Amino acid sequence: MYRRRIVAAAGLMVGIATLAVAQSPVAQKPAAKATSTKVSDIPRTADGKPDLSGVFSNAQSIPIQRPANLGEKEFYTPEELAANAARQRQAAEVGVHYDTSQFGLGAGQAKYAATLRTSVIVGPEGRLPALTPEAAKIQSQRRAVTAEHQWDGPETRPLAERCITWGFEGPPMMPVGYNSDLEIVQGTGYVAIVQEMIHDTRVIPTDGRPFSGAKVPQWMGESRGHWDGDTLVVETTNYNPRIAIQGTPISDALKVTERFSRLDANTILYRFTVDDPKTWVKPWSGEYTMTKIDSPLYEYACHEGNYGMQNNLSGARATEKAAAAKKK
Amino acid sequence: MRVRSWMGVALPVIAYLLLVAMPGLGQSSSVYKAPRTPDGRPDLSGIWQAMTEANWNLEAHPAAPAAVIANGAMFAIPPGAGVVEGGEIPYLPEARKKQQENFASRQKLDPENKCYMGGVPRSTYMPYPFQIVQNPRKILFAYEFAGAVRSVNMGAPTDPPADSWMGWSNGKWEGDTLVIDVKGLNDQTWFDRAGNFHSDALHVVERYTPRSPDTLNYEATIEDPKTFSRPWKISMPLYRRVEKDAHLMEFKCVEFSEEFLYGHLRRGAPQGK
Repeated sequence: MYRRRIVAAAGLMVGIATLAVAQSPVAQKPAAKATSTKVSDIPRTADGKPDLSGVFSNAQSIPIQRPANLGEKEFYTPEELAANAARQRQAAEVGVHYDTSQFGLGAGQAKYAATLRTSVIVGPEGRLPALTPEAAKIQSQRRAVTAEHQWDGPETRPLAERCITWGFEGPPMMPVGYNSDLEIVQGTGYVAIVQEMIHDTRVIPTDGRPFSGAKVPQWMGESRGHWDGDTLVVETTNYNPRIAIQGTPISDALKVTERFSRLDANTILYRFTVDDPKTWVKPWSGEYTMTKIDSPLYEYACHEGNYGMQNNLSGARATEKAAAAKKK
Repeated sequence: MRVRSWMGVALPVIAYLLLVAMPGLGQSSSVYKAPRTPDGRPDLSGIWQAMTEANWNLEAHPAAPAAVIANGAMFAIPPGAGVVEGGEIPYLPEARKKQQENFASRQKLDPENKCYMGGVPRSTYMPYPFQIVQNPRKILFAYEFAGAVRSVNMGAPTDPPADSWMGWSNGKWEGDTLVIDVKGLNDQTWFDRAGNFHSDALHVVERYTPRSPDTLNYEATIEDPKTFSRPWKISMPLYRRVEKDAHLMEFKCVEFSEEFLYGHLRRGAPQGK
């Protein structure tokens, strides 16, 4: 019964993908430096700016990093895309451990924007650049500490398990495994972005004001926005260096630039560049399309319902106790 | 010369008539009219904060020691004149007993101490700022404490899909007042640090009315037939944060609650809790 649902869901996904591919070629290839996307049918606020408001899914059917075997191939052909989807469908039929689709969290149940890209990260490499020697050292040090102390207490558990940050809020905002949804509420002088996981809200001033200069790092950094034609450009600095982006610890030098361009009533093109010279040897960029969804955001009360932390730590203590008793 | 002297008498008389004897025509109107958004509504956007002792106790209360007396005067309870209209919260008798039990164990039970979201209306008057971002279809409330957030639907009302900490908010305008109807609140939040509580039947109706360029009047009517004998109301002003480049900061307090919640589960902690 589950298999049929997965097949149906995957088939639906292919259907949505091929339909969208057929109908909206704009979403497939990147607009080269599209600063003048003066699309006339996009919603606008009273001051003439594009209205980014809405509830969107940024779920993606493509990985963040390009599969190594694809080399410099940045785009699939429509035929290759269909063949991939068929292959994914077959793979999904082989044994399901958790049927997340019964909770509406199945991979085939999210709304995906169609794309012919082979990865979110753009460019000939399509992968994260190499780490600086210093960053590589920090990463291996952190891993060593974690390996030895991972069950000591809450502080050595991952930030997501502690419900402090989910790890995909960034910025840059990255697709989440499920509930990869966000709400944008645009008002005079501000754009607020709420990401469902974990109800983190960025309230971004859009009047071009400078950074506050406050030496108080923020988990999601400090963002400042301005309009460049019809594109909202958001720059973020002043990150809390305890976070990681794509599993990589970042430094206080991190600066991220995002570009939001409303393509039509249902889609926003989201482009970003990550620049942390202390961590990666060069900046890296990505892009994807967010697609409007019909449901509202739901409250993800992660910390309030965090039985996982309780259970993990008490389980670790019980394991230790049992091991100690065995030794006697 | 003759004209000027005539005007010297007439003008003050006319001014008197306009400003005093015929109210409503001059500047002495007592109803403040806030600047408008492009769609003609009062603009409530900005960063606001309550300045009351409501988060310690909604009801009138004297100064008192901290819940943990050894913590000293920093954590003592300041006196408050109360924000409940009529003075007392009209608990059902059994519920008042529960509130008193809550108060006695507040150090252990108060969800604020666990960095749980404050719910409605407590999030409004916790001593931290919140920001309103407003457009015709949605009004967003972003709170600093625990990163709580509420997206108020300004279109046709919808029903809550499930209970939540921050509830499900439908809003509409009544003249210059933003009226928000909040349902779907779970029973996990408190109203304050004094153990004032509610059930999952809680229904809150809030009213936000501009009273001056930098203040709002805030009222909340609280209804919960499982806990109170009748609906009751709280009210207080909200003050705009007017400092240069005022902005919300993150008060992600989860890590500060972990010792409290999980300390007994640390490696090496005394077992048998």
